[in-house]
Amino acid sequence: MSTKVKKMLFILSKATIENAYAAFVMANGARMEGIESEIFFTFFGLEAIQKKKLEHLHVATVGNPGMHIPTMIGGLPGMEALATKMMKKEMEKLDMPPIGEFLEILSDSGCKLWACKLAVDMFHLKEEDFIDELDGILTIGDFYNRANEEGCQLLFI
Amino acid sequence: MKKLIANKEIDVNEEGYLVEFSQWTKEIGECIAGECDIKMTEKHWEVVEYIHDKYQKEEPLSIRGIKKSGVINIKEFYNLFPGGPLKKSTLIAGIPKPKSCI
Repeated sequence: MSTKVKKMLFILSKATIENAYAAFVMANGARMEGIESEIFFTFFGLEAIQKKKLEHLHVATVGNPGMHIPTMIGGLPGMEALATKMMKKEMEKLDMPPIGEFLEILSDSGCKLWACKLAVDMFHLKEEDFIDELDGILTIGDFYNRANEEGCQLLFI
Repeated sequence: MKKLIANKEIDVNEEGYLVEFSQWTKEIGECIAGECDIKMTEKHWEVVEYIHDKYQKEEPLSIRGIKKSGVINIKEFYNLFPGGPLKKSTLIAGIPKPKSCI
């Protein structure tokens, strides 16, 4: 079966769990359809590929109208943790893998994982802070070069 | 609609998936694999067996399930069934295309 979309490139710039999953589900879905996929982690998106931080991503309870709770209540201590726990429970029911396992699946599926050089430098991170599956640290120019082909789409999350 | 596979008239949907699993035979699986440019090996059949097992138990298939299956790892799975492994392997195994997003 042929498809017009040949490659999907995702830029993940946020550290909220729902954004990370959006990128991961779409990148994995692409691979499952025979479409190439890559994820470029930049700014707070880098949290999702740091060994010490990736299992501690949270859903945002403040400034997130989709939560349908008053902002002041969303800001109370423990609210983010509670909402995150509930969300993870629902995801587990759907057999959604936790972040770390999802990254392994993506890497094994042939999805390339890149860290943004500028953001890595800005947060003073080192290669050893990242998961073993990371394919490398790229400049945005390097990343654009990877998009330089027909049937390629870029998506910013 | 009807499709002639391995000299038999088989009921398939518009994407080529078998409508009636009872019509499936190994020869039919082999023929469909050939149409996808896949040469079936022992490992391929092991995966097909695993898929049949899941189908009979009515357990949904997912890439995570493949990882945990103990039959094959994800890298191999992609190598054996290039261009969408769950889509291709279920097509060959004669069961409906998985509806899951993961």
